[in-house]
Amino acid sequence: MTNAPVPSTSRIAAAFAKARAQGRKALVLYLTGCDPDFETSRRLLLAAARAGADVLELGVPWSDPSADGPAIQAAMHRALAAGGGMAKALDLCRVVRVANPEIPVVLFGYANPIFVRGTAKFSAQAKQAGADGVLCVDWPADEDPELAQALAQQGLDLVPLIAPTSTPERVKAAAAVAGGFLYYVSLTGITGSQLPNLDEASVRVQQVRELSGNRLPVAVGFGIATPADARAVAGFADGVVVGSAAVRIIERAAGEGRDPVPALEKFVADLRAALGPSLESP
Amino acid sequence: MPALEELTAAWEHFSRDPTFRAELDRLLRDYVGRPTPLTEAARLAARVAQGRRLRVFLKREDLCHTGSHKLNNCVGQILLAQRLGKKRIIAETGAGQHGVATATVCALFGLPCEIYMGAVDVERQSLNVFRMHLLGAKVHAVKDGTATLKDAMNEAMRDWVTNVGSTHYVLGTVAGPHPYPTMVGELQSVIGREARVQIQAATGRLPDACLACVGGGSNAMGLFRGFIDDPGVRLFGVEAAGEGIDTNHHAATLGKGRPGVLHGTRSYVLCDDDGQIAEAHSISAGLDYPGVGPEHSYLRDTGRALYLAATDQEALDACRLLATCEGIIPALESAHAVAGLPRVAAQLPDGASVIVNVSGRGDKDMGTIAKHFGAEVSS
Repeated sequence: MTNAPVPSTSRIAAAFAKARAQGRKALVLYLTGCDPDFETSRRLLLAAARAGADVLELGVPWSDPSADGPAIQAAMHRALAAGGGMAKALDLCRVVRVANPEIPVVLFGYANPIFVRGTAKFSAQAKQAGADGVLCVDWPADEDPELAQALAQQGLDLVPLIAPTSTPERVKAAAAVAGGFLYYVSLTGITGSQLPNLDEASVRVQQVRELSGNRLPVAVGFGIATPADARAVAGFADGVVVGSAAVRIIERAAGEGRDPVPALEKFVADLRAALGPSLESP
Repeated sequence: MPALEELTAAWEHFSRDPTFRAELDRLLRDYVGRPTPLTEAARLAARVAQGRRLRVFLKREDLCHTGSHKLNNCVGQILLAQRLGKKRIIAETGAGQHGVATATVCALFGLPCEIYMGAVDVERQSLNVFRMHLLGAKVHAVKDGTATLKDAMNEAMRDWVTNVGSTHYVLGTVAGPHPYPTMVGELQSVIGREARVQIQAATGRLPDACLACVGGGSNAMGLFRGFIDDPGVRLFGVEAAGEGIDTNHHAATLGKGRPGVLHGTRSYVLCDDDGQIAEAHSISAGLDYPGVGPEHSYLRDTGRALYLAATDQEALDACRLLATCEGIIPALESAHAVAGLPRVAAQLPDGASVIVNVSGRGDKDMGTIAKHFGAEVSS
């Protein structure tokens, strides 16, 4: 059995295919949009892409991030205080897209900001802003297909979260409407938790591949904080998602009044180096 | 999601299981103190009737053990958790009544209990925090967000997804993801079932109206369920208007909110155009919630129930009115229902009878009430 995902034409699929062609695993980097402010956030996202992130997850700040741990909660509150939210996240996506036509961007957030806009309008706005996919934590796609359908209308990928507790039926149902990649959550818990024993995750990722008919790459996230963690997870996943650890770098720099961009850029480069062959020269 | 599916299946099974029902009924009778009385409030009726004939009956959930209707739900859910083999109980709380009720049943069953409570609420409901400690529960002050009930729910959900194998989350109202609105509504429906029998014994017929306060909406749903299929019984909910529904300081979700998604429920929410949940405000911590149970949204949209709002000041005045007319000091939450009574009475025919749900007693609110009446008490 091969693990090769079926090639697709989207930017996300292209990024995973490119990493694979280079003999390494993809690096997916999460940052909360507008943390600590719009302009710094724009520079951080572009720096992450420059330093080797293959996919950006642009976190949409929300007032009630019930799936997030303390690091991303704090990031969301910094972002909201700076005027962040869905409207600004879409603006941010747009300016990142203008500066970098290639980097895939996944809007990562919660249901209410999408719901109050309406799924059709939101999907059109996301497309227009240059996003490639959407991950919505509290919108179970198999229970309510409205979001999946609206995104499909715009050719945007719906990236589902798959938990260790997800039943085979739910994995199949989620994969059936998914695009881009499948996000396997390494643990039962919230973002920024301790990375658990990886043996179980390794087995589960293989099951998820099989249940989804190997149609999409599987990235693993939650709890991956260091290059060593990333390397360990890369042993069995197609991609590695780092979020809270990156956000903590911004928190620390903001707290000390430093520009967070250099520290983040170095962190991303270290993660990227841990995942396989070095960056091709420009 | 699998935990919710497990809970749904378990509830569907055990809520029909005669052994489970018998044990629940026994606890409701011998521990909670049910049935609670339906007390006629003649002096209150005279004050609000504006010269017409009106009979007012108070459903006395304030006389439940722990001082509110919250125990009805906790007893049922923790009995269910035991059947599911859960070893640890968590809950969120606003005013602290649900936290106290959860901690109480955990003590009874010998289960470890952790309560999430907004830091702002910990401050303004310190008496209930101490009660929870005394009952052996651990109380976590949640500082995230607005540090009130909704943030306590967020934190409880974070705990639950982390410890989902061992832990049952006793959600305290008819909101949250399915099966909670259904399950909590059914567990609270004992209020309406009793009231239906009691009012007929007292007046020989069904009431013209039922009235209850609505935060998440569990006490109201409990009462309404006894009468929902009787079109002649009008249903009224009273939300918290805080400093006024035209200010930014209220919790009138059904009156001023819009459809949205919060805590796994599609229902009315208070939020801005960007989808950010707004800070709710009420003098009563138990009504200070920017969402509401989805069944209330349905009753609102279908017109089966009408929802009013009472301000902080109206609730304080109603609290004093009930205390001086009837010798019953209601919780500030329940005082909102009493505050709605004159407006409801004005819509009813001469000779009407109405049931007001006194969902809890006011002991916990003495500090707050005293402060507003310019007195000082040490608790």
